[in-house]
Amino acid sequence: MLRLDAITVCYGKVPALREVSLEVHAGELVTLIGANGAGKTTTLKAISGLLSLASGSIEFEGVPIANTRPRDVLARGIAHCPEGRRVFPELTVRENLAMGAYLRRDQAGIADDLERIFAKLPRLKERIGQIAGTLSGGEQQMLAIARSLMSRPRLMLFDEPSLGLAPNLVERVFEIIAEIRREGTTVLMVEQNALAALEMCDRAYLLETGQMVLAGAGRDLLENPHMRRAYLGG
Amino acid sequence: MRARFGGLLFLALAATLPLWLRDPYFVAILTSTGIFIIAAISLNLLLGFTGQLSLGHAAFFGIGAYTSALLSLGFDVDIGLPSPVVVDPKPVWIAFFGAVVVSGLFGWLIGKLAFRVRGAYFVIVTISFAEVMRMVALNWVDLTEGPMALNNIPPLSVLWPGHGLTALVTKSQQYWLVLAVGVVCYFLVARMVRSRLGRALIALRENEPLARSVGVRVTHYLVVATVVSAAIAGAAGALYAHCVRIVDPDVFLFIYTVTMVIMVVTGGKGTLAGPVVGGLIFGLMPQALRGTAPPEVQWIIYGIGIILIVFFLPRGIVPAFADLARLRMPALRKPASLVR
Repeated sequence: MLRLDAITVCYGKVPALREVSLEVHAGELVTLIGANGAGKTTTLKAISGLLSLASGSIEFEGVPIANTRPRDVLARGIAHCPEGRRVFPELTVRENLAMGAYLRRDQAGIADDLERIFAKLPRLKERIGQIAGTLSGGEQQMLAIARSLMSRPRLMLFDEPSLGLAPNLVERVFEIIAEIRREGTTVLMVEQNALAALEMCDRAYLLETGQMVLAGAGRDLLENPHMRRAYLGG
Repeated sequence: MRARFGGLLFLALAATLPLWLRDPYFVAILTSTGIFIIAAISLNLLLGFTGQLSLGHAAFFGIGAYTSALLSLGFDVDIGLPSPVVVDPKPVWIAFFGAVVVSGLFGWLIGKLAFRVRGAYFVIVTISFAEVMRMVALNWVDLTEGPMALNNIPPLSVLWPGHGLTALVTKSQQYWLVLAVGVVCYFLVARMVRSRLGRALIALRENEPLARSVGVRVTHYLVVATVVSAAIAGAAGALYAHCVRIVDPDVFLFIYTVTMVIMVVTGGKGTLAGPVVGGLIFGLMPQALRGTAPPEVQWIIYGIGIILIVFFLPRGIVPAFADLARLRMPALRKPASLVR
């Protein structure tokens, strides 16, 4: 479904990714793990068009998408749920969700999707008129996920969905991501929480200082000695 | 609901004001204040809703004033062609709309040039642009009469019931003209910021990378906002030209831009009513102080007033009062606890 072929991305002259390749098949949940600064976020930004490539190629469903505008990538069916500042703080919950469907014109379909999302995340429905900046961190993350779903993506990119959340919320977020995947959306997820990510994914890639060093099934990586020593605490 | 009622009351008061306030001097002050409020409304579209600070907004105002004045007076200018370009005097309303279009075109140009880089660069480009325009107005004497100014600019006219085509020359007529244009501009901006486009503008002010990733064409929308903003500022400038009926290069002065910024910031940037409230305060304060304080002291009082407002009401007067109203009326209060 998605294929990155030896992509290199530079910030100025400094390469952040060097010849990174990865593949995501339809229906899979793939995670990308690595330490801070390894290039995980850069990889996602390159896919969604927020960064351009120095070399290499990206194909989505057989169509090259490298160096296209973010809106065109989104229109092809890839939604990016970014890390950190995840929502538009001064817009209401409803307006944030409407921004997620920004490129869509089918009002009826948007209303249906809104209902489905509210069924999944009833808390958001209670908060619909509230300014997003006043939601708790967990609610903001739910809103960010819901907003990404509003574009009806076939591939979802999650960037550190558990970052800065309380442990019980981390669990809930992972549940929701697993559910999204069960319902047929392919997922590529960047995570620092290597243990949880490896347990829930089909396949995983490990990035170290801009290079891909390991790839394999989640279970296999859990057993990998290098992985255990460096990321899973022995 | 209550805000809408307040707005209607304000509008009714404003519309009938020359009927019950028979003081032509005060009406004239309100007219020039109104022209500045329109300019502040246009600046607020950029500064308040997209977050881009245009410190050369007087340029669009001045371009509007000069364009409308020149088109209504007619002009001939030698630009190196075999024969000079001659433009006959145009009907005043055509000149007015010509000014709106020309200002909008300059807005497009500046937007295209400046938004490739945004932020501080936009500020620098707009400041330089206003200063260049002032130099052009000062030195292109063939066209603009330079410091001698453009005089005898014809007033705007309308079909006045019972009087046929009437030139708007009395203080009350000019007041109503400015009020009418102001109301149109206000609702135009209100309509715009509540639309899909407006949400996109606010989204990109709040979080630009996120706005791009949900598909907002950031540069495109910034340019659209600049064009509309410049066109409204141009309309304000054209009103100025046809009410004051004399235009000189001083319309490009930096202090006018600063006045607009102060009106927007103190009133509440990013709110629709903010420029109106801020504009009324800073338009009328000089008059209130005129009898009691010499000009130097007046400037000091403004300075202190601005510092106090920025210090105690950093988001401006309108948001502060909106918060206050919410506290007083529990029905409007947001849920106190956000986390369960």
